[in-house]
Amino acid sequence: MNFLPKSLAASFIFASLVTAPVYAAGTHPVTGEALADDQTFTYSELDEFTSADPQMVEDVSGSYFVRDLFEGLMNQDADGNLIPGVATGYTTNEAKDVYTFTLRDNARWSDGNQVTAHDFVYAWRRLADPDTASPYSWFADIMALENVGAVMSGELPPESLGVRALDNHTLEVRLTASLPYFAAMTTHASTFPSPQWTVRTFGDKWTKPGNIVGNGAYVLTEHIPNETTTRERNTMYWNNDATIIDKVVTLVINDENTDHTRWLAGETDKGAVPSGQYPRLKAEYPDEAISFPRLCTYYMSFNLSPSGPEAFKDVRVRQALGYALDRSVITDKILQGGQIQAFTFTPGATAGFEVPAVAFGQMSQDERNAKAQELMAAAGYGSDNPLKFEYIYNTSEGHKKIAIASQQMWKETLGAEATLANQEWKTFLKTRGGQNFDLARGGWCGDYNEASTFLDLMTTPSGYNDGKYSNAEVDELMLSARTMSDATGNYTRVEEILANEMPIIPVYHYTGVFMLRKNVKGWPFNNVEQNVYSRDLYKVAD
Amino acid sequence: MLNYIIKRIGIAIPTLLILIAITFYLMHAAPGGPFTSEKPLPAQVLANIEAKYGLDQPIWRQMTNYIWGILTEFDFGPSYKYHSRTVNEIIGQGFPITLKYGFWSFIVAIGVGISLGAIAAIRKNTWVDYLAVGVSIGAQVLPNFVMAPLLIIVFTLWLGWLPGGGWHGGDWQYLVMPVIALSTSYMASIARITRSSMLEVLNANYIRTARAKGLPTKTIFFRHVFKPSLLPVISYLGPAFVGLITGSVLIDIFFSTGGMGYFFVNAAFNRDYAVMMGITILVGALTILFSLIVDLLYAWIDPKIRY
Repeated sequence: MNFLPKSLAASFIFASLVTAPVYAAGTHPVTGEALADDQTFTYSELDEFTSADPQMVEDVSGSYFVRDLFEGLMNQDADGNLIPGVATGYTTNEAKDVYTFTLRDNARWSDGNQVTAHDFVYAWRRLADPDTASPYSWFADIMALENVGAVMSGELPPESLGVRALDNHTLEVRLTASLPYFAAMTTHASTFPSPQWTVRTFGDKWTKPGNIVGNGAYVLTEHIPNETTTRERNTMYWNNDATIIDKVVTLVINDENTDHTRWLAGETDKGAVPSGQYPRLKAEYPDEAISFPRLCTYYMSFNLSPSGPEAFKDVRVRQALGYALDRSVITDKILQGGQIQAFTFTPGATAGFEVPAVAFGQMSQDERNAKAQELMAAAGYGSDNPLKFEYIYNTSEGHKKIAIASQQMWKETLGAEATLANQEWKTFLKTRGGQNFDLARGGWCGDYNEASTFLDLMTTPSGYNDGKYSNAEVDELMLSARTMSDATGNYTRVEEILANEMPIIPVYHYTGVFMLRKNVKGWPFNNVEQNVYSRDLYKVAD
Repeated sequence: MLNYIIKRIGIAIPTLLILIAITFYLMHAAPGGPFTSEKPLPAQVLANIEAKYGLDQPIWRQMTNYIWGILTEFDFGPSYKYHSRTVNEIIGQGFPITLKYGFWSFIVAIGVGISLGAIAAIRKNTWVDYLAVGVSIGAQVLPNFVMAPLLIIVFTLWLGWLPGGGWHGGDWQYLVMPVIALSTSYMASIARITRSSMLEVLNANYIRTARAKGLPTKTIFFRHVFKPSLLPVISYLGPAFVGLITGSVLIDIFFSTGGMGYFFVNAAFNRDYAVMMGITILVGALTILFSLIVDLLYAWIDPKIRY
C-alpha cells in the first residue's frame, strides 16, 4: 500500500510556495493574512511537564513539548489526519504485520547531524529496554513489536526488538499481530527518535537546555522549573521555512483563576477558563472563549465483583440508577462548559464511531424517570425498603457538585439513599482498583482516536475494568474488532449491550475549554486528540 | 554556652533520624505509590521502574540506603515525577526563591508588626490604638488565598503596575505581591503580641519607678520597655521564620514563583517520596536550628536566663 494522501501533495505545494524563511511583518503564504511582527506564542499550563525526553514523557503537556522538539515518522494535520513527518511514506504487507517506512533525506538534528532510521531503532529499543524503566514502555507493547515482551522483561536484549534500519533512510518494523492502524501510532511522542550520542554524553541530563538535541521545529532554550520554559525556532529543521511562530513560551500557573486573570492582563495568548465561568466568558469574549469536544467520558462504575453489593448484581437496579440521572442538570446547570450528555461510553467525536440510538438515550427525562421507578419497584425496592449504597469520588469541587446532584436525583426519583465519600486521588485509585466500593466515579480519555480505546475497558481481561464487568459477547466483539478494517458494527453492538446491562452509567462527554486570543490562528480544533504542533500556528496582525 | 550549643546539636541528630524514620514510614503507609495512575501500568513495566528506583526492596532497606546516600554523597535521591531531575536540584532551585520572598516577608512582618504593636500600646485606647488593632485584625482574618488573587486583580489587571506572576530571578516587581500576601498574617500576629506584651511591661513596677524618677518617656521606652517586651515576640519569630522561608504553597500557586512550597505539597499528592523526604529533612533541620537561635537570643535579651 502506498501512502499518498491529498494532504501530502498539499504540503508539498505549501512547501514549494514558501520562499522567504522570515514571515515577520509579512503575509501568510497560504491564506494571505497579514502576520503580526512578534511571532511569540505564550500559553499557560497548570502544572510543570514531567519530561522532555520522548521515551520518558507521560503527560499531555510534556507530549506537546516533545512534539515541538522532536518529530516522529508521521504527524497529524489540523483535522487529525495522518501526514508525513520524518517519513515520506510507508508500505505494508497484506497481513499488515510488517511495515517499511521511507525516511526523508533532508531531516536534520539541531546539531546538524542527519536523522536516520538508526535513530528510530535506538529510540524504540530504548523505550522497551528495562534499564530505561520508561513509564510509557507499555506503548511499545501495544505497538505489538516483535519480541517486545521478552525485551521488557529482560529475557532478550533490546537488539532483538522487531525494528531495524535496512539503510539510513529505510526503517522496517515487524509486528506480532496485524495492526491496520500501526502508522497512526507513530504520531505518539514515545515513538519519536532520540539522539544516541547526546543521551550517551549527558545521561539523564540530556534534555536540559544546552544539552538537548532535537529534530523538531523548535529547540529548548530555557527552562526555569515551575515558572517558564522557552523553545525557539530550530534552524536545522527540514521544514523550518514553513514555520511562522518564532518562539513558544510556557508559563506554569497552578491556579486557574490566576491563570485567567493573567490572560486578561495580556500576559498569555492562551489561558484557562475557570470552572463554571464559560457561559459568562463566551458572552463577553465570543471569539476568544473556546469550547470543543474532547475524547473523554465521565462515568460511574458499578462494582460487579464478588465484593460488590448484591443489589447491583440486579440489572434492573443498575438501569434504574442510570435512567434516573438527569444529565441535563449536570451539563447545563453545574458544568456549563458545553459538555455533551452521555448515553454511551464512547464519545460521538471519536473517529469511525456512530453513536448508536440506544433506547434510554431516546426517551425524555420524564419517561426515563417513570421507567426507572418501574424497574426499581420490580427489583423490590421502595419507600419501605430503600436501596442504600455508597458513591465514592476523588476529592474535587466539581465531582462533589455532581455527586450531590446525583444523590438528590436518586433520592427524589427512586427514594434511594446514597451516601457520598470523597478520597484523595491516589487513595481513591487504590480503593477503586481493589474493588472496595459500591459505585465509583470514573473518567476516561482516549489514548488514540478510535472507539476501542474506550470499549476495551469493558472487556474481562482489561486492567482498567475496575467494576469487573464481564460479558463473553463483548470480549468476542472487541477481540475480532482488532483485525477488522472497519469495526464500526462491533462497536455499535458493544454500546447496545452496555446500554442494556448498564455496568457503568455514562454521565457526560468532556469538552476542552480555554481562552485563545483571536489573533492566534491555526489551532487544530478539529483534532480531537488535540495533538498541537506549534509550527502550524501563527499570529495575525491586529 | 558552648557546651549548651554542643548538647543541643547532639540532640538534633537523633531528632532528625526519628523524623526521617517516621516520615518514611508514614509516606509508604499512604495508599498508592509514585507510579499509581488512572491507567495502571502493566506489571512488567511497574517492576522495571521499581527495580530502577530500588522501590522493590523492603522499606527498612530503602530507608538505610536513603540515609547512606545522604551521608556519603549528600544525595537526596531522584524525583519520581519529574524524570531527569534530582531532589538536590529541586531544592537547589526552589529553596533560594522561597528564602528570598520569605526573608523579605519576615522583614516586613517584623518592621510593620512591631511598629504597629508599639504605637498601639503607647497610645492605648486612643484612635491610633483602635486603628492599629483594626488593621492587624483585618490582616489576620483576610487569608492569603483571598489576598493573593485580590492583589493580582488590583495591581495587575486594574492598575497594570505589576506583573501577575513569575519570578524572573526575584526582580522587585515580582517580589512585591508575594511579600505582601505572605507577610500580612504574620505581621498581624506580631503586632498583637507586641501590643499585649508591651502593655504588660508598661504596667510593671519598674517602669512606674522610672517614671517617678522623672526619666524622659523616650529613654524609658527604648531602654526599659522595648527589649523585655520583645521576649514573647521572639519566641514567636523562630517558628515563624522557618515557616516563612520554607515556603508557602499558596504563594507559589498564585504567583507562580517556582518556590519550594508547591513542590512539597505536590510531592505528597504524587507520592514523590524522595522529594517529600528531602524537603521534610530541610524543614526539620531549619526548625531545629532556629529554635536553637531563638533560645540563644533569649539569653541575650533576658539576663535572668543563662545556659
